[in-house]
Amino acid sequence: MQTDNRPLSPHLQVYRPQLTSVLSICHRAAGVLLAGGSLLLIYWLAAVASGPEAYATAQAVLGSLPARLLLFGWTLALFYHLGNGIRHLFWDAGKGFELRTAYASGYAVIASAVVLTLLVWILATTVGGA
Amino acid sequence: MAYRTPVKRAVGLGSAKDGVHHWWMQRVTAIALVPLVLWFTFSMAVYAGADFETVRAWIATPMVAVLLIALIVTALFHAQLGLQVVLEDYVQPHGLQLACVIAVKFLAVLLILVGVLSVLRIALGGQT
Repeated sequence: MQTDNRPLSPHLQVYRPQLTSVLSICHRAAGVLLAGGSLLLIYWLAAVASGPEAYATAQAVLGSLPARLLLFGWTLALFYHLGNGIRHLFWDAGKGFELRTAYASGYAVIASAVVLTLLVWILATTVGGA
Repeated sequence: MAYRTPVKRAVGLGSAKDGVHHWWMQRVTAIALVPLVLWFTFSMAVYAGADFETVRAWIATPMVAVLLIALIVTALFHAQLGLQVVLEDYVQPHGLQLACVIAVKFLAVLLILVGVLSVLRIALGGQT
């Protein structure tokens, strides 16, 4: 089977970025970020399991400004990956490939990620009291 | 001269040796994670500034403990599948690539065990 003359992926340095291609690579980047962020979740649960002192330390560490910024970015990555993941599931079912639909769903994913992130953080700083 | 036709490679398992299993598991875990992640993020927002006893009591609720364990297992299994694809795409010497993939899988299992054990300790009340 000849495999050396197939069309290549768009060359990054000469190919103009489009919403669809940028969202595609963002999905992967967000996924990698989220895998790293899972360490935080496990750390936080281990802290709760270890008792009040470890929990207090965890809350102080996670409540610091740099950690809050990191957590905010992580929330955005999470909701983006969630929304775009659902977009991918529709593609897997063979739906939504028309150019107009692909762009519309792309914008919808960005909007939903921003709205859900703000909602969670408003909730966290008001009801949650963080 | 190879007499095998390309279809021989494609029928059944293909070059990945496990057919569509990886792809399928990624989708199945993705579907499970949609409600789990929405529940988790909004719950975490509500309990973000809560004191130790409130958080401990919340996690100790049987339903919460079960959902947290489901989230930990599903999310890390999904993450490990995704990282494998990223490593297969970008890490070039095959030996290094294989080492990275195996390391990621081991780390994922360890994190799952730590997470699940933590939830069980809280839920079964080993510590106060």
